[in-house]
Amino acid sequence: MTPVLEARSLAKTYESRGTKVSGLRTVDLVVERGEFVAVMGPSGCGKSTLLNLLAGLDRPSAGEVWLAGQRIDTLSETALARLRRRKVGFVFQFFNLVPSLTAAENVELPLLLSGQRRRKARRSARELLGELGLADQHAAAPAHLSGGQQQRVAVARALANRPDIVLADEPTGNLDSVAARQVLGLLRRARDQGQTLLLVSHDASVAAAADRVITMRDGLIASESQLDVGRQVSGILAIDEPT
Amino acid sequence: MRHLFLALLSGGDAHGYELKQALEGEFGTLLPSLNAGQIYTTLARLERDGLVVSRPVAGDGRGKREYQLTVEGRAALAGWIEKPVSGRRLKDEFLMKVVVVASAGLAKPKHLIDGQRREYLQSLRDLNDLLDANGKGPTAELLLEGAILHLKADLSWLDLIEQRLELVEAS
Repeated sequence: MTPVLEARSLAKTYESRGTKVSGLRTVDLVVERGEFVAVMGPSGCGKSTLLNLLAGLDRPSAGEVWLAGQRIDTLSETALARLRRRKVGFVFQFFNLVPSLTAAENVELPLLLSGQRRRKARRSARELLGELGLADQHAAAPAHLSGGQQQRVAVARALANRPDIVLADEPTGNLDSVAARQVLGLLRRARDQGQTLLLVSHDASVAAAADRVITMRDGLIASESQLDVGRQVSGILAIDEPT
Repeated sequence: MRHLFLALLSGGDAHGYELKQALEGEFGTLLPSLNAGQIYTTLARLERDGLVVSRPVAGDGRGKREYQLTVEGRAALAGWIEKPVSGRRLKDEFLMKVVVVASAGLAKPKHLIDGQRREYLQSLRDLNDLLDANGKGPTAELLLEGAILHLKADLSWLDLIEQRLELVEAS
């Protein structure tokens, strides 16, 4: 089976006031279909650089990026944009909703762009918002929604097309813990439906929602942990023995 | 558990099974299954130390006993209430293990750190799952959130240990 996402000896060097700064030093990563992978590490470790390269939002200095069986670092901008539209959904820390559109229209947007009929797109958008507990907010402008609600709309938009690959950069960055758990729940549900997820976060508790957690430091992968799903845990409160 | 029992008994006399039920009501499924032995051993020790007295429940053929707080028991409870819980966390099995195992050349620190990181991440995931599950009280929820915050600190500390150890190896 071909991986959905692959980085081969990927590197990225930035030019900063005449000196070269390496954002990423030789990273190899393979993400299989249906996996939920999180990349964590302190700011500046290269995790967002990695995500941007994998998404084709930035070009590598060396190495290759493969997405959905295609090498993308050599693609033209138009070919890249077309591939992204068909295959990838994005969730960013700052929701990037279109302020002049309603919540429902924001969710409809990717559906219309991919050629769906307006009426069908409207219906799917309503359904999706309903599932996220936002049925009453479908006609609201983003500015009238709370941060948690806006982020749920952004997640709905990213998932609307049921893209094969969902890329999320600090998706819970400025949410309270309840809203953050809701967003993570949605991402996990997308994984349960067979979509592939790559999430980047500095927050270990967010990263731990994934099935595989990659820790980065200084532009390199420092370690990888495969986690067990749905372990039954109870009776974990420590009670001291009688003395 | 001693002081928890003293606190529960301050509200009125009770027998062992009632104390067990009160604890279960507060902590729900987080509580390890308490066996009768543990409960009665704790109560027997409290009685030995003069903090509670017991008497047989009238008309109970199985020898069930009811426990009552003594004056000394109330004083012990008051002392416990006023004394803050220790904030020191200077005991860490993992750091001891890494240092000793590395200096004896038994394993690479990196190997131990990776294993420990996975363990903490798995715990984080399990606790987050518990937090998402329904049917737990506010006490259990607070307990879980506290444990999650501690685990996040443990993970950051693991990063720090890793960085320091690498510095030592490089110099």
